[in-house]
Amino acid sequence: MLTVLVRRLANVIPTLFAIVAVVFLLFSVLPGSFISAMNEDGRGMIDPAVMERMRKEMGLDDPLIERFGKYVGHLAIGDLGNSFRTKEPVTKLIGDRLWPSLKLVLAAMLFAIVIGVPLGFIAALKPGSVTDATSMVVAISGLSLPKFWLGLMLMYLFALQLKLLPSFGYGDGGLTHLTLPAIALGVSPMALLARTTRAAVLDVLNADFVRTARSKGMSEPRVVTWHVMRNALVLVITTIGLQFGSLMGQAVVVEKLFAWPGVGSLLVDSVFQRDVPAVQGCILLIVLFFLAINTLIDLAYVAIDPRIRYA
Amino acid sequence: MKLRTNLLVGGGLVGLAIVVAILAPWIQITDPVLDANLMNAEIPPGADFPFGTDQQGRDIYSRIVHGARISLTVGLVSQIANTIIGVTLGLTAGYWGGLWDDLVSGVTNLMLAIPSLIFALAIMAILGPGLVSLLIALGLTNWSYSCRIARAQVLSLKSQGYVQAARILGYGDLRIMFTQLLPNMLGPLIVIATLGMGGSILAEAALSFLGLGIRPPYPSWGSMLSEARDQITTAPWLSVFPGLAIFLTVLGLNLLGDGLRDILDPQSQERRA
Repeated sequence: MLTVLVRRLANVIPTLFAIVAVVFLLFSVLPGSFISAMNEDGRGMIDPAVMERMRKEMGLDDPLIERFGKYVGHLAIGDLGNSFRTKEPVTKLIGDRLWPSLKLVLAAMLFAIVIGVPLGFIAALKPGSVTDATSMVVAISGLSLPKFWLGLMLMYLFALQLKLLPSFGYGDGGLTHLTLPAIALGVSPMALLARTTRAAVLDVLNADFVRTARSKGMSEPRVVTWHVMRNALVLVITTIGLQFGSLMGQAVVVEKLFAWPGVGSLLVDSVFQRDVPAVQGCILLIVLFFLAINTLIDLAYVAIDPRIRYA
Repeated sequence: MKLRTNLLVGGGLVGLAIVVAILAPWIQITDPVLDANLMNAEIPPGADFPFGTDQQGRDIYSRIVHGARISLTVGLVSQIANTIIGVTLGLTAGYWGGLWDDLVSGVTNLMLAIPSLIFALAIMAILGPGLVSLLIALGLTNWSYSCRIARAQVLSLKSQGYVQAARILGYGDLRIMFTQLLPNMLGPLIVIATLGMGGSILAEAALSFLGLGIRPPYPSWGSMLSEARDQITTAPWLSVFPGLAIFLTVLGLNLLGDGLRDILDPQSQERRA
């Protein structure tokens, strides 16, 4: 287990470094620097002298390599810089948003797993049946729905018409405020999970060891739980991991729609406020989350499937 | 049976979207941008305006019909760009191997680690809103799947007899790649591009919804929805129809992609992006 972890980290760290470089360069060398964009935005012309001073204050005139070195140096001690807008440390801004984001992503994933896995499972047990066809229609529709539109429709139906749930906001962070955004975010991973589970189970159902188990007289429920489920699990868990990891990025639109105070809405707001350190921080966090989840999933493989060994 | 349904429904929906996009100026009722008339503001769907009108009195149906042009352009152009980048990199990396292969694989993994919507959002933040920025942002950020598929295909094809034969005949590397290898991997690539188009259309809608894509007054389905949000209590039809248009177009592309996969790429069960 430990060697797997070390190996993964050896892989992740260069990736992470490259991503830091990409995120830094994207916002540093490309045309349309944020300050000139502020000017073009029509939100008031900025005096060239003021612009010059702003550039100097933000250290934008130093050589690129020096700025990059500084950025990485600060990053290494967990300093993401200060927000251009509020002057607070970006780590604090993000820290305040982290828990709401995690809560939303976890709830969405829970919804996806609880609905998606059984749906795919039931579909696979009777391929070609009406149940199968129906679940796959549900799945492909789920993959084609724009999340924010689904959210908007849920909001209209459950909040504005039926008045069952609050239409937006965080409230006390409880279940009533969480439900609609979590469903809006969870439908596409649910759909993907249903499809993957179905494919994985169908694959395993045709395997030799399942035929052997059946022919030695093992009861069908036992075959399904002991042999099929366990073996289909690897693929299902991979999908769960990939989806879970990317969900924080996907949450951006849903958070914005429901005015959910997460990292995603901080990212969008910061983009509009031209707050470069905050934008960089949010993107790095989202990517870090993705990489961390993937590393955990790799470790989980080893625990689930003893055949997987990283030589 | 199922195979036909996929292709038929998917092809039908995509065909409809294409026809609507092409015919937009002829089937519109009013001009989608200019014909604002406050006398007609927020009329529910009815005989004069089949999908109703918005807060400025513009006909939603005409705006949706024109929105199809934006969505399909973004989907098609960005996916062509992604496919060209992905195939060129994947083909050469798989064929030449070595250091180039390591480099391409490294960059591909890097691209996979950044959620593509976030990457596109970052690029839009820098380039500013607009169609051209959207094409750049979405055309450069989603090629990793076609790259991986092209590379994997080359690795399995390059030891085949006909490739050896081509080499003995004195074909150059590029000629082998593009005349011998590429035609034999088109199936999976078309499938991934079709599914990717759906993804691009969803991404365009999301970015426009956030205000970073196509800006009002231009009738992108996503930007229509972002305007509609504030009117959802008084004029819910503003939110219903543009979303339905996105859903049906993307559903069509996904069904078409699935159907094509059954025909063109029977080995792969689940190679979904």
